Amino acid sequence: MRLLNASGCLDALTAPEVARSLDAFVTKTVTPEPREGNAPIRIAETEFGMLNAIGLANPGRDTFLRQTLPQLAGAIDVPIWVSVGGFTAREYAETCEQLARDEVACIELNLSCPNVDEAPESAAEIVRACRDVTAKPLYAKVSPHSWDMGETVRAIEAAGADGLSLINTLRGTTLDARLQPTLSRGAGGYSGPALRPVALAAVLAARSATQLPIIGMGGVETGRHALELIGCGATHVALGTVLFADPDAPTRVRAELAEEIKSLGGDSVDDFFGVALGAVASGVNSAKR
Amino acid sequence: MSRPRRERRSVAAVEAVGPYALVRVTRGSLDPGIPGQFFMLEAPGRVLPRPMSLCLAPRGELAFLLDPIGPGTRALAALHAGDELHVFGPLGNGFRLDVARPLLVGGGIGIAPLPYLAEALEQPPAVLGFRSAHHAEAAALLPNAEVVIDPVLVTDAMPAGRDVLACGPEPMLEAIRAIAPDAQLAWEAPMACGYGACYGCVVEIDGELKRLCVEGPVLREEGRRCAS
Repeated sequence: MRLLNASGCLDALTAPEVARSLDAFVTKTVTPEPREGNAPIRIAETEFGMLNAIGLANPGRDTFLRQTLPQLAGAIDVPIWVSVGGFTAREYAETCEQLARDEVACIELNLSCPNVDEAPESAAEIVRACRDVTAKPLYAKVSPHSWDMGETVRAIEAAGADGLSLINTLRGTTLDARLQPTLSRGAGGYSGPALRPVALAAVLAARSATQLPIIGMGGVETGRHALELIGCGATHVALGTVLFADPDAPTRVRAELAEEIKSLGGDSVDDFFGVALGAVASGVNSAKR
Repeated sequence: MSRPRRERRSVAAVEAVGPYALVRVTRGSLDPGIPGQFFMLEAPGRVLPRPMSLCLAPRGELAFLLDPIGPGTRALAALHAGDELHVFGPLGNGFRLDVARPLLVGGGIGIAPLPYLAEALEQPPAVLGFRSAHHAEAAALLPNAEVVIDPVLVTDAMPAGRDVLACGPEPMLEAIRAIAPDAQLAWEAPMACGYGACYGCVVEIDGELKRLCVEGPVLREEGRRCAS
């Protein structure tokens, strides 16, 4: 099992020591053109999570390749995963093609940012376009809004993805005292503890449909939470919102995970991989539609 | 600059200062940092910590002045001696202290970083503005300050020819900048992380949206045009 950050939840250039405490660092999403992102206010806390409407702020593909990527490679010694975004399948593919560089360990396709208009093509079409132009490992970050996770995941696998990242944020809104949206964009991506059950269900459904590696994420705050994702079939785990509150979370979660495994009588995470799936297979809800 | 650390600290005391709360925590091995820098304080029961500039650094303690107006600041103000919370800092860029004729200017809860700053600058003159006499009780934290209460504004009371170091509401900072173009101003923005990870606290700096936690919170005069 590897521990990563969720894309957009860590800047390895301002906090390299936090990135170094992970097994791999995932960049903020890179788009073809520079994006300043959405106007403030961009974040709002809720009772059980937070909303963000950053809007894929990034320096754009050219500056990323020329400046950011070499800087990252110099600042951290863990593998660098590049999150790729775009507004058409071709834009995604063009970026993937240019990421054929030694510094890049893996590409994660952000197919599900709730803060920008989505590409008109389906997730599978985007994956196929990228698969055609890159030999790098290709992970697809899937929306939790998917109506039929099994079908989505099978289509993405058939299109040539090497793995899945589950889940991205859910779209949400909060209102201020005068009933106006707190965020300037109106809605944003909902993250944090409230997402845990959604992430567990998504990983469980995806694992029922594929044997691809899955990076589970969504509201993980403790080692126990990480182990629950593994129990649902996640191969790796990523930390998101918890990094905002606790930059020491990677080290802490690892220690807690080891304790949790021990207290449940196991030797390693492998003992718990997918253990929640058996119950699903025997449940009435597994009946085919 | 000192390296930020995150430690679990215990509350020494929470004191009422007018409508505000002065939360005093044990210092541990945290460095108080430069006046104007801030710390992220774990807000009990909340998902995100809250950014607070250091108000005072009494021996063995760090003290933060906050206005209990939201769920996070209310949870912090409700802490009791002996309660524990995570404290992370010092973060961001503080005030430059190499000024010849300092004048501290604060408005409302914006006076928070000034007592520690006054200590570093050996108690320079200060002008503080508040919206009511009750709020103005917080001026006790800066014993020699001149105090004005709304409708009198700090800009009515500021002597000329001084190196202004100020913190307060945006309209106040804008008004100060109009009469003291070289003022060092400490700004505020909602923050999730305080260390450059979330990109939530951007404000318009030099015509671009930049992270206030990385570039600020103290910006030079030319640094910022109001984002709102």
